[in-house]
Amino acid sequence: MSKRSIVPFGPQHPVLPEPIHLDLALEDEKVVEAIPSIGFVHRGLEKLVEKKDFNEYVYVAERICGICSFMHGMGYCESVENIMEVEIPPRAKYLRTIWCEMSRIHSHLLWLGLLADAFGFESLFMETWRMREKVLDMFEYSTGGRVIFSVNKIGGQRKDMDNDMIREFLSVFADMERDLKELVKTFLNNSAVNSRLRDVGFLTKQQAFDLGAVGPFMRSSGISRDTRKLGYAAYPFLDFEPITSDVGDCYARTDVRIREIFQSIDLIRQAAAKIPNGEVSVPVKGFPQGEYFMRVEQPRGEAIYYVKANGTKFLDRVRVRTPTFANLPGMLETMKGCQLADVPILILTIDPCISCTER
Amino acid sequence: MSLLTFAKIELHNLFSKPATRPYPEQPREYPPRTRGHIENDVDACVFCGLCSKKCPTGAIQVNRGEKSWSIQRFSCIQCGCCVESCPKKCLSMHQSYTEPAQRKTIDTVCQTPVENQNAS
Ligand code: SF4
Ligand code: SF4
Repeated sequence: MSKRSIVPFGPQHPVLPEPIHLDLALEDEKVVEAIPSIGFVHRGLEKLVEKKDFNEYVYVAERICGICSFMHGMGYCESVENIMEVEIPPRAKYLRTIWCEMSRIHSHLLWLGLLADAFGFESLFMETWRMREKVLDMFEYSTGGRVIFSVNKIGGQRKDMDNDMIREFLSVFADMERDLKELVKTFLNNSAVNSRLRDVGFLTKQQAFDLGAVGPFMRSSGISRDTRKLGYAAYPFLDFEPITSDVGDCYARTDVRIREIFQSIDLIRQAAAKIPNGEVSVPVKGFPQGEYFMRVEQPRGEAIYYVKANGTKFLDRVRVRTPTFANLPGMLETMKGCQLADVPILILTIDPCISCTER
Repeated sequence: MSLLTFAKIELHNLFSKPATRPYPEQPREYPPRTRGHIENDVDACVFCGLCSKKCPTGAIQVNRGEKSWSIQRFSCIQCGCCVESCPKKCLSMHQSYTEPAQRKTIDTVCQTPVENQNAS
């Protein structure tokens, strides 16, 4: 009979800069169960609706997460705009789409770098992050910020990207695409990398469905669902299909995310070709009254915003359900039966963001 | 084969310029839109207080009687709302970031001589 033991994992662990704690029940080296505990960095941002009025709350929403800060701000703004029945100008919709996809590219590159770091391939990590740096530079060039952009407002965008700037970005993306093709060969074909990723942490299509997984984690188990298809920002005018894989292991998740980077570059190209000229915001008068439920596809998966307004400048409630929270049950399922040494990689493959899970 | 693919990238890096800058010999050049810190051209200010009302973090205080304008730089989130709302356009966003400091300070500018108060 094998020996059973409990190994605590986290809340501080070299593979994760953020705190999540797992109690791993082991039989020898094999994980039989993982019990999570979260709540180490709860910041009470949802409570701030009582102090910040609905316009100021955009800045709070942006600060839910440093990686998808643009999409958090946008999701909140679109929810309030829908309550107030404000139609934003078409150029603002396209700008939102371009910035969203830039966020996705930088988030996926960041994740690829962390993955390379987790299996000890330091130069691959540096190379990936160097590429991500270019996206951050473009963000700084267009919005003035590298992490928090402050360009969303209720009624549109606060800054415009002129057409020359967009053309310049496109040429940077073309270079990046070429370099990335070289780089991903190592992620997908290198035998050392493959030995850590292939046949590890399976999640079947049925399990992904039953456990409510979202985003690339779900799509790499064969479910073709993408909330961008629901048609917020300018996505209804762009042509794309969700990227999926039927395998459902760590390698499939890496593969799906890599293909999503190329898809995002393509979406930016499409948006740049179609972006109309004109205003980027409309004036918004009055206070919101009513409620709205909105789904946004963030790099890590589907985020949900629920906003309830009462006709005054302070909102009744803002609720955010972030993708990592939805992916935790799936992650625990993939751990059953894996080796202890694979646990860090398995946690990484859901691309966890604990600060947005706890808000 | 894949090892050789990455070797190509590594060799290229070995013989190309470093990706980093020799700071502080070569200071950073900020892009024109960088949101660094707020400056007030106080001679044009009419002390209407609009910037202070619009500021989401309450970082600005305006004293109309003393004709003084103060900013808590360590509370400011560089959102630029005050710059947008100022009717006299005397507020502007400068590119360089707020200077590091050991204590949180309140910078005050008056239409009479400029002074700097320290508050903990
Ligand atoms: S809004 Fe402009 S003019 Fe009014 S107090 Fe502020 S800086 Fe001065
Ligand atoms: S930039 Fe924003 S936070 Fe800073 S002083 Fe102006 S309004 Fe306040």
